[in-house]
Amino acid sequence: MNAVMNPVQGIDAFAAFERALAEQLQTAVAQPVSRRGFMKISGGIGGGLVLALAVGLPDKAEAQGAPAPVPFVPGAYVRIATDGKITLYSKNPEIGQGIKTAFGVILAEELDAAWADVTVEQSEINAAVYGGQFAGGSLSIPMNWDGLRQAGAGARAMLVAAAAKQWGVPESELTTADSTVIHAASARKASYGSLATAAAAMPVPADPKALKLKERKDYKLIGKRFTGVDNLPLVTGKPLFAIDVQLPGMLYATLVKCPAVGGKVASANLDDIKKLPGVTDAFIVEGTPKPANVMATGVLPGVAIVGKSTWAVFSARKQLKVVWDESTASKDSWTAYVAKAKELSAKAQGDKVVKTVGDIDKALAAGKPVEGYYQFGFVSHAQLEPQNTVAWFKGDSIELWAPTQLPANSLPLVAGIAGLKADKVTLHQMRVGGGFGRRLLNDFVADAAYVAKQVPNTPVKLMWTREDDMHHDAYRVGGFMAYKGVLDAQGKLTGFNGHMIGFEDPGTKATTTASDYGANEFPANYVDDYRASVSRMPLSMPCGPWRAPGSNTMSWVQQSFFHELAVAAKRDHVEFLLEIFGRKAGAAPQAGPPGLNPDRAIGVIKLAAEKAGWGKPLPKGRHLGLAFFFSHQGHIAEIAEVSVDAKKKVTVHKMTVVADIGPVINLSGAENQVQGCIVDAMSTLALEVTMEGGAIQQTNFDKYQLRRMPNSPQVDVHFVTSNYTPTGLGEPAFPPAAPAICNAIYAATGTRIRTLPITKAGFTVA
Amino acid sequence: MLRLNVNGQERTIEGVADDTPLLWVLRDELKLVGTKFGCGIAQCGACTVHLNGSPVRSCSIPASAVAGQKITTVEGLANGAVLSALQQAWIDHDVAQCGYCQAGQLMTATALLKQHPNPTDAQIDQVMTNFCRCGTYVRIRKAIHAAAAAGKGGAA
Ligand code: FES
Ligand code: FES
Repeated sequence: MNAVMNPVQGIDAFAAFERALAEQLQTAVAQPVSRRGFMKISGGIGGGLVLALAVGLPDKAEAQGAPAPVPFVPGAYVRIATDGKITLYSKNPEIGQGIKTAFGVILAEELDAAWADVTVEQSEINAAVYGGQFAGGSLSIPMNWDGLRQAGAGARAMLVAAAAKQWGVPESELTTADSTVIHAASARKASYGSLATAAAAMPVPADPKALKLKERKDYKLIGKRFTGVDNLPLVTGKPLFAIDVQLPGMLYATLVKCPAVGGKVASANLDDIKKLPGVTDAFIVEGTPKPANVMATGVLPGVAIVGKSTWAVFSARKQLKVVWDESTASKDSWTAYVAKAKELSAKAQGDKVVKTVGDIDKALAAGKPVEGYYQFGFVSHAQLEPQNTVAWFKGDSIELWAPTQLPANSLPLVAGIAGLKADKVTLHQMRVGGGFGRRLLNDFVADAAYVAKQVPNTPVKLMWTREDDMHHDAYRVGGFMAYKGVLDAQGKLTGFNGHMIGFEDPGTKATTTASDYGANEFPANYVDDYRASVSRMPLSMPCGPWRAPGSNTMSWVQQSFFHELAVAAKRDHVEFLLEIFGRKAGAAPQAGPPGLNPDRAIGVIKLAAEKAGWGKPLPKGRHLGLAFFFSHQGHIAEIAEVSVDAKKKVTVHKMTVVADIGPVINLSGAENQVQGCIVDAMSTLALEVTMEGGAIQQTNFDKYQLRRMPNSPQVDVHFVTSNYTPTGLGEPAFPPAAPAICNAIYAATGTRIRTLPITKAGFTVA
Repeated sequence: MLRLNVNGQERTIEGVADDTPLLWVLRDELKLVGTKFGCGIAQCGACTVHLNGSPVRSCSIPASAVAGQKITTVEGLANGAVLSALQQAWIDHDVAQCGYCQAGQLMTATALLKQHPNPTDAQIDQVMTNFCRCGTYVRIRKAIHAAAAAGKGGAA
């Protein structure tokens, strides 16, 4: 059993995606896996202690406890040099979620290192040592919480053992603090640096799980504020990103793809292009076969232009004339989907029933249900660093520098394209200039490998333009939801019917990413009569994970409708939600990773109401809106304080966010993520990309205006410090924001927003 | 041959087309990669540099048009190892998430403090027009106020 790979069994809308991702990762690192254990690596720089907590090692090397052969360098979590400098390795991609800092803090805590002694580096990509390495699903923290603490504690144990031996005292008399082992009885101290060489000769702890980890009350680092470990290189403009990589003799390339998905090249004026200044080559790219699923990706057909500078290839694009063969291309049309979905929504039950409890049809017929039909458009990721990868094909191997969120998937992909074995692929994980889920797909890495193979023995930087990025995104899928809710005479919610109209692949009929309706989506299990069902329309447009996939739209439809229900029931929104969650309160906690827990939900809703001044007088013209959503193992309630002017311009003055995500690792990073989620949600409320004739109509940022600085709201963040396994915060603070704002707009204006972007109803966000 | 004055140094660059934007000369030819590409159409501000002390979007200015004029990039903000007050504030207030926009934000903010050493929120809103996809605006504002309070926000 590989402990690192356990899919997380949350019951939120994202669970299906999480499972799919975990399954993909299982396959991506399918190799002999033994139990988890420590591996000591000899030959570290400076002769100090180098310790890796490894997975997937051959049992033999582990059982012998002998220094394992060095399979890679550095390939470790902890390295302590004899001068006392401590290097910690962060195994997962840094995409702006702050994982490099957070992982450093977790390791340093159990190591009992002084933070000033610590530097954090990105580790190599190596599944044999690190197991799953990816940034997705806010899973980095929950999936590595135990392993990283054990790695820190294991290194600490070896330092303690070395000191005990040196001083001839029992280990039990020793303590550690600030990178120092202390023997209080004899007032002796030894720095980690002075012990590093001796510690390296100590036997590695046999069972990581047997190590005693700190209790929360003893934490010195976890929960405090840390500034990002890459802040200095960032503010001084040092190369950190793949797009910054410069190699001697490097060429530049761009790949022009058909605007309509599925189109091919019929012909192109390659001879003209090859004559342009600075252009070294131009060729038609046939592409790779259609991948089995959107996550697997591949290379789309098009025309590649290679040259001596980015500008040489970008300006050559303007002279490029391609005749596209669009006979097999998508004809997807958003206006057609909108019409069709409306038609499908007339039925209370969709084509496929996801879950049913009691007799919802009878309940619907007996009363006058509250109804709400919701629609949300497609959106783009718009991560600020355009897609790029540097690839260097050397005949028998290939080396890449890439901004990927899922490096494991790129290895077999690149190997297939390059015609090499996966172990001949070396991928350098670079800092990622924004992820938001887009870079869980490795299509840009594939592009680079494909082009590099045509230009052997030369490093090539493959660059997408912003237009490429907007035209060939894996979009956040749009969708539709028809709700009916049954209230009893007391205004209690007793029945609930959700019919989601989503999308599927026209060929495989597989559900489009984030277009599914989870069987346990709230309020399943909370009402007597319940049905969730789906109908699907064929969609060719590639859609992928987008920050809190599924949850970001499910939260908006569901939590908007719950406000509608509360209004119809003439009950206070806070009281209405608390009463529903209260029906299951006090239930015994489930085994395994936490799912939606009504007690935690009640806790954050109550505190949010208190902090936001719910029910208290507000400044004139201000109104509150509430939403709660559980996703990515985070329970989060948000209350928006807004005003709306006569021109329907919405100003969000304040967002109160109460989050129960278990212990917070880095308070500064956690607050930053929440603030960012709120700004992102406000931005996305007013944005969409539309498709007609199989092509996306927005071409660049001029037609897709992300939020800028003005009117950024005050964001008050409160963390409920529960003792559950901590979760990541890159995603779960996003979903409640949009419904909280829309509910506040209703409170202010009496207009219910049932379509996103909110511009459809004439509203703008200031 | 193109002559540029970048961060106080005279640089000569051979063989670039006349219409090459300053951004790509900085990044590809001079290897000053702190200045970032985001959109190429003067929308996002990731490519912001100073031209004679004023912020400009280097993706939309041909390098040949600014020959001989004074160009400052993010690499030129610090005075040796001494960071500008804004750079220090950016670190202390832990502004960055992915960090990709931040060089451009710093260049715009540096110009802002030159113009308004003690900017109001309205002045910040007016001048700071760069995108931050990660949404770090709350902290950018804080860091600007902090640097202004330190009284020496501009580049050295
Ligand atoms: S790259 Fe110049 S403004 Fe976006
Ligand atoms: S920090 Fe990521 S774009 Fe600003």
